[in-house]
Amino acid sequence: MAQKYEKAIAIEKDNIVVDGIDVSGHWNRMFEQRVITEYTPELIEKIADIPNAESFANCYQCAKCVAVCPVDVVGNYGPRKLYRYAQTGMDLTEAPELWLCTTCANCLRVCPKEVNMVKIMPAAREQAILDGKFVPNELQQAFENTAKSGNPLGQPQRKRDAWIQSAGVPVPIIKDLGRKVNVLWYVGSYPSYHPRGIDAAAAAARIFNALGIDFAILGKEEKDDADSQRLAGEKGLFEMMTEQNIETFNKYEWDEMVVTGPHELNAFKNVYPKYGFERPVVHYSTFLARYLDQLKPLLQHSVEKKITYHDPCYLGRHNGEYEAPRKLLEAIPGVELVEMQRNRENGYCCGGGGGGMWMDSFTAKHTTMRLSEKRAMEAASTGANVLAVACPFEVSRFTDAVKSTGNEHVDVLDILELLDKSMRGE
Amino acid sequence: MNIVVAIKHIPSIADDLPVSGNTVDFDSVDFVLNEFDEQSIEQAVLVKEAVGGTVTVVGVDMIGELDAVLHLALAKGADKAVKITGDDPAADSHTQAKWLSEAIKGMSADIIFAGVQASNDLDGQIGPMLAAYLDMPYIGGVSSVEVAGDSATVNKEFAGGVGAKYEVSLPMVVGVQASVKPPRYAPVSKVRQVAQTATIEKVAPSGEVSSGLTMKKMAPPVVTGHAEMIEGSSKEVAAKIVELLKSKGLA
Amino acid sequence: MSNDILVITEHMDGKFSDVSFEMVGKAKELANAWGGQSIAVVVGGGVSSNVFASDSTIHVDDAALSNFNPEAYGKVIEALVKEKSPKVVMFGWTATGMDLAAWLSAKLGVPCAAYVKNIGADMTMSCQAYGGKMSADVSPEGDMAIAACLAGSFPVEAGQGSTAATTMASPVDLGSLKVKFVEAIKPAGGDVDITSQVKLVSIGRGIGGKENVELAEELAGKIGATVSCSRPVVDAGWLPRTRQVGKSGLKVKPKLYLMLGISGAPEHLEGMKSAELIIAVNTDKKAPIFNVAHYGATADLFEVAEAMLELL
Repeated sequence: MAQKYEKAIAIEKDNIVVDGIDVSGHWNRMFEQRVITEYTPELIEKIADIPNAESFANCYQCAKCVAVCPVDVVGNYGPRKLYRYAQTGMDLTEAPELWLCTTCANCLRVCPKEVNMVKIMPAAREQAILDGKFVPNELQQAFENTAKSGNPLGQPQRKRDAWIQSAGVPVPIIKDLGRKVNVLWYVGSYPSYHPRGIDAAAAAARIFNALGIDFAILGKEEKDDADSQRLAGEKGLFEMMTEQNIETFNKYEWDEMVVTGPHELNAFKNVYPKYGFERPVVHYSTFLARYLDQLKPLLQHSVEKKITYHDPCYLGRHNGEYEAPRKLLEAIPGVELVEMQRNRENGYCCGGGGGGMWMDSFTAKHTTMRLSEKRAMEAASTGANVLAVACPFEVSRFTDAVKSTGNEHVDVLDILELLDKSMRGE
Repeated sequence: MNIVVAIKHIPSIADDLPVSGNTVDFDSVDFVLNEFDEQSIEQAVLVKEAVGGTVTVVGVDMIGELDAVLHLALAKGADKAVKITGDDPAADSHTQAKWLSEAIKGMSADIIFAGVQASNDLDGQIGPMLAAYLDMPYIGGVSSVEVAGDSATVNKEFAGGVGAKYEVSLPMVVGVQASVKPPRYAPVSKVRQVAQTATIEKVAPSGEVSSGLTMKKMAPPVVTGHAEMIEGSSKEVAAKIVELLKSKGLA
Repeated sequence: MSNDILVITEHMDGKFSDVSFEMVGKAKELANAWGGQSIAVVVGGGVSSNVFASDSTIHVDDAALSNFNPEAYGKVIEALVKEKSPKVVMFGWTATGMDLAAWLSAKLGVPCAAYVKNIGADMTMSCQAYGGKMSADVSPEGDMAIAACLAGSFPVEAGQGSTAATTMASPVDLGSLKVKFVEAIKPAGGDVDITSQVKLVSIGRGIGGKENVELAEELAGKIGATVSCSRPVVDAGWLPRTRQVGKSGLKVKPKLYLMLGISGAPEHLEGMKSAELIIAVNTDKKAPIFNVAHYGATADLFEVAEAMLELL
């Protein structure tokens, strides 16, 4: 590691003088001369000088973070190492390391010095973007798609509500409804466009209908939350989308917003208040857990599966919701719920956060395997035949990962799909 | 290499153009960057990336809103922005070209890019006029530019994919039809940063010419024929079109 | 000063373009009314120049003029204009004329009107402006004016004739040119030839993005048509240049030209106005295309296209 950057020069000092006293070692002393490594603080300061990245300088190299960093498991990474690389000559704003962090926040959980990569990384990435430094192509494409089409997939805005057809139940559009609703359901980009995401959206629509929820969606007016684009460094894009979204949200009357995805939850609940939007927002798992008593009688069909549940970073660590998803799974008759070794607060990241969703090819060049593959293997090792998820990024990521790791026997299903299966018996 | 892009801020034709007297009512229209200038800025930045140098974007500030346009150009890779404080929304192409040529004279330009045309070029385009005022060769309708040493190789399009390749000794003025690659994405963060930090050099207009045209009348065109309009909802329109196609054996 | 009109004709591969004849016809009518002469100017070789109805034809031939070269052509035309002092110099508002008209105007300090659709006996020039959304009447000051004329503005026939041309060498030295013609570029093959298609579904800027092109393709597929487009679609990289209809693209004459989101700028109209059945869908009720189309609808192209797909 120390050889990676050229300024890692170890030098043997012959004479060390401290406060005028020569404290150099001598051949007959009990200990040898110590090696003092010369390093440059400039590159650490360069990062710590960026607003919101100040805590980078707090690191005292205890390495607790490395032990929990999901990227280190498939590579050579972790906040402590980034600090060390910077000491020895790495300019983080120009290094591939800048783009590997998924902002999963497991390091922050264990860090005694509150080195906050969830703030450092977006700030340093934004700096790189502003300075015209290297930005992975696929990520730039996602930015451009979001700016132009309103979603990172580059799908047409006019097709945002096309998924409704596959729901088979009424999905009212709030504009057409023309009245106040209890629940404004923000569907999200992947549930609206991605074939596997649409499966979850359709399942949610059927569950909401069965429960008699008074809900509506924004339809063609809905646009991406852009939270992951923010974490990937395009704060300007995030702010632009935020302004538009808040205007749309405030156009209609509703009591509570339910989101399909944890990233949207994070954006609307934790970040939007800074932009003047403070209204109740919950993840669907939290919302549905409130309806457990009404839901249970609807879950008539047994789902004879051994299920393990993957905690999404932005639902769990970032927003503290660990139990609602598990309660929902346990409510399904026939389900045996087993835990992976890394669960809840120590859940392992799928690799999709912080823009990782759009940097798979880039990340592959700098890691030994995808984070999603590592996690899929862990899921398979529990003996489970279903990997249950609660984040729209994860369905496609893990579906690919179980295949590429030879674990096709593990089905990847959103909790919504499992509930729907139990409801409908399919 | 000193690369200069001369741009035009023009009334948007996306919406209705209200007329006031003999001109467009400039107070009630939005001004936008001439769409060919977007191509020309991209082509200029591509040349810079290929051979090095600086890109200076210069335009006449017609209504005091040119800054946003210049900021976007800077975010896309231009290095310097200059606005000529014209503040005359009716300044014609001759006037703009003269002002631009006076501003560009001191820039030791090696190559000047301009959009091949603009929708308000009633008295001709600024590109060829710049060439005349600066005594440089001009080629318009250009869809690719390569610079090597003190000459440029440009492809000019005639029509339908037919074109010609020219070698031109620099300096020259290029009228850009389309850049080799579509205009790039400028990160919104970058645009916002530029808006806060960039300095835009202001230049007073210098030089006086006139198009020599007197406007006698400006009005929406007299309609000689008009389509038979199909009324109704989108579904009804679709049904009518399908019926029409079927009746004529076209579907 | 004279009452003559100089018409700068244009030719390629041994053939004059229609706009050359159109301008000669108009020039003859005007110049004769003014008691002057219509003079057709042919620059460059490889073409038989005895084809105009002009009062006279000047054919300037020189090895340096065998291919279009804006610098060389500009010098020759500048010299001729100075010598003849005509009342009007007519150019086509075309790929070649657009390189010369405004340049000559600035060079000589002579007024220039572009997008000219008509010239009156009192020299009033009627022009298209703002992408065809406006029509402007302008009158040039002074004794001489340049008119850059839109193709299709005057009848072709009036300019056709057999006036014998006077051939002359270049009036200026063409020895040290900064612009050098290298080679001709032929259209890239491989794609469908939209000029031979019976039905075209043509999309414009209104299509919004590359991701929406497939909707047009789907619709075209349903009715056995091919997708073509206007220039902005090509410039944005959404379709290849081989699909472009218009002045800088191809001229088409299909049985059906179904236009989605094309407003109908003059440059586009030049390429498609002789289609047999033109149907235009556009959200802007004042789009110029509705003055040319046979049927029109002010509607959202996506909604219409999707509804059509269901019905087909």
